[in-house]
Amino acid sequence: MCSAGSRVCRKLTRCFGGGVGKSSLVHLLCQNQVLGNPSWTVGCSVDVRVQDYKEGTPEEKTFYIELWDVGGSVGNASSVKSTRAVFYNSVNGIILVHDLTNKKSSQNLYRWSLEALNKDSSPTGVIISNGDYDREQFAENPVPLLLIGTKFDQIPENKRSEVLTRTAFLSEDFNAEEINLDCTNPRYLAAGTSNAVKLSRFFDKVIEKRYFTRDPSQMTGFTDRKRFNFKSLHYD
Amino acid sequence: NLMVCTYLPLYSTQVLFFGFGWLFFMRQLFKDYEVRHYVVQVVFSVTFAFSCTMFELIIFEILGALSSSSRYFHWKLNLYVILLVLIFVVPFYIGYFVVSNIRLLQRQRLLFACMVWFTFMYFFWKLGDPFPILSPKHGILSIEQLISRVGVIGVTLMALLSGFGAVNCPYTYMSYFLRNVTDSDILALERRLLQTMDMIVSKKKRIAMTRRQMYQRGEDQNKQTGFWGMIKSVTSTQTGSENLSLVQQEVDALEELSRQLFLETVDLQATKERIEYSKTFQGKYFNFLGYFFSIYCVWKIFMVKFWSQHISFILVGIIIVTSIRGLLITLTKFFYAISSSKSSNVIVLVLAQIMGMYFVSSVLLMRMSMPLEYRSIVTEVLGELQFNFYHRWFDVIFLVSALSSILFLYLAHKQAPEKHMAL
Repeated sequence: MCSAGSRVCRKLTRCFGGGVGKSSLVHLLCQNQVLGNPSWTVGCSVDVRVQDYKEGTPEEKTFYIELWDVGGSVGNASSVKSTRAVFYNSVNGIILVHDLTNKKSSQNLYRWSLEALNKDSSPTGVIISNGDYDREQFAENPVPLLLIGTKFDQIPENKRSEVLTRTAFLSEDFNAEEINLDCTNPRYLAAGTSNAVKLSRFFDKVIEKRYFTRDPSQMTGFTDRKRFNFKSLHYD
Repeated sequence: NLMVCTYLPLYSTQVLFFGFGWLFFMRQLFKDYEVRHYVVQVVFSVTFAFSCTMFELIIFEILGALSSSSRYFHWKLNLYVILLVLIFVVPFYIGYFVVSNIRLLQRQRLLFACMVWFTFMYFFWKLGDPFPILSPKHGILSIEQLISRVGVIGVTLMALLSGFGAVNCPYTYMSYFLRNVTDSDILALERRLLQTMDMIVSKKKRIAMTRRQMYQRGEDQNKQTGFWGMIKSVTSTQTGSENLSLVQQEVDALEELSRQLFLETVDLQATKERIEYSKTFQGKYFNFLGYFFSIYCVWKIFMVKFWSQHISFILVGIIIVTSIRGLLITLTKFFYAISSSKSSNVIVLVLAQIMGMYFVSSVLLMRMSMPLEYRSIVTEVLGELQFNFYHRWFDVIFLVSALSSILFLYLAHKQAPEKHMAL
């Protein structure tokens, strides 16, 4: 029986207002179940996933992964943006979620990722960015990114290749892996599918970055008291 | 051709208004959504264009531009188009898109949309009964019947919004009312929020681990056979799931708390930004305007007659511009707050309907603020409606709305400082 190790903190950033499916996605990732009654996310909701690092190898360890779903439906006012910035502290990985049936949601991703990555640029946490995309910034970005497109089942067959090409360009821009799925159907993430493999790889990368490479830039003022216990206990 | 020359400026401005409405729709309202049904965008822009043209015609009336017969012709044309849009087109499409969203009715969309429209027409017609809005000599199918009803709805809306705006605008911009918010208040609240999130996380970790252990033990249990094995499996899972549901309840309570804290933090940030804004030049200008308009509104509440018609003419211009701008801003905020990718079409159409009715009734009411010589065209075009009724109705609703807003804001203002003292 494995008992869990220290926690790994990670955030989900949103791409725009409600309806993308982040809450359903988080529920699917953490509970392996479909969310029955999705509703508006106010503020931020957290869920925890138990992840087996390097599953199947002798170095297998169990970690907790916190998925912070930063809700996007409350509005775009700068007061909301400043408050959201509170949640961007000590991010170890970012999952960018966009709606495959809505092109504009993927366009907004640039803005959101900049908001999350540039959290230290202003003292009050208010980020002003016109969404100018800088490829270099993403190339040398230390935080692992994952791109997930939702509502895959709602795309008609003839449009699928077009959508997949578009998301391929996106994932190149962000230097990230991509997964396209439908949050109401757990078979997309069933064990053994390529999606499940990509997901595991992403989480493993996050855990590696956090625990097996020293990265002092992850700690910021607010989180000083959240200094983690580095003992990862695992007894077989 | 002379006709074309005189009408050209009017048509070109109409096209301009249409373009503005189109851009506003694309850049502001629908900037996060994909436009799948272009008819919605067209209907919105057409409503906006013809509403603005009505205001333009009033200005032309006062300035004496174009000949009076051409003005009259354009008034009539504009009015017919607007009524057509507001009574036939927009309600039908609202019904159509609402029906499209409901899965059960999707097959017979057109049929159900027509049914919805007939229901709307029935209630729309019934609206005329309790109000003395027409002089009895008009027939059933005259234009006055339609305008009078549109007027009632629009005037009620206008009075509600004006009443609330008259009270809210000074409250928002006048520094006298701004609560004192410091950075440390905000930091303290943010710290509380993060602490709550931490507690939620640690409880969820317990739940996740317990569930995982139960799942693993469950597998082992399947191997156990026999009487004792069954008893063991029943008792252990029961205590396990009891604990789980207890912790889950705590988590639910904490999540509710975190949501409230988040909203409070947003509120404090917004107040802080308003304070900073009030120190800037723009802020001071609006502060002054706030004082000015609050005096004007108090004046209106006590119904003092204006001593100069010319001041009222300038005010007509200001009122037109600010009411268009104010309406568009309010509509945008409202739209962001309640729309989702499913309902965006319906909401935009509802907003177009409100906008059209608002503008039509503001023309009705503007008659009161216009200098005497110019009132005749409005009377001529709109027929013999009982204008006095509308003015009285506006004043009543305005008063009711203003007083309830004062009460509401007073209660909200009272509650707020106590909330933060309790931190």
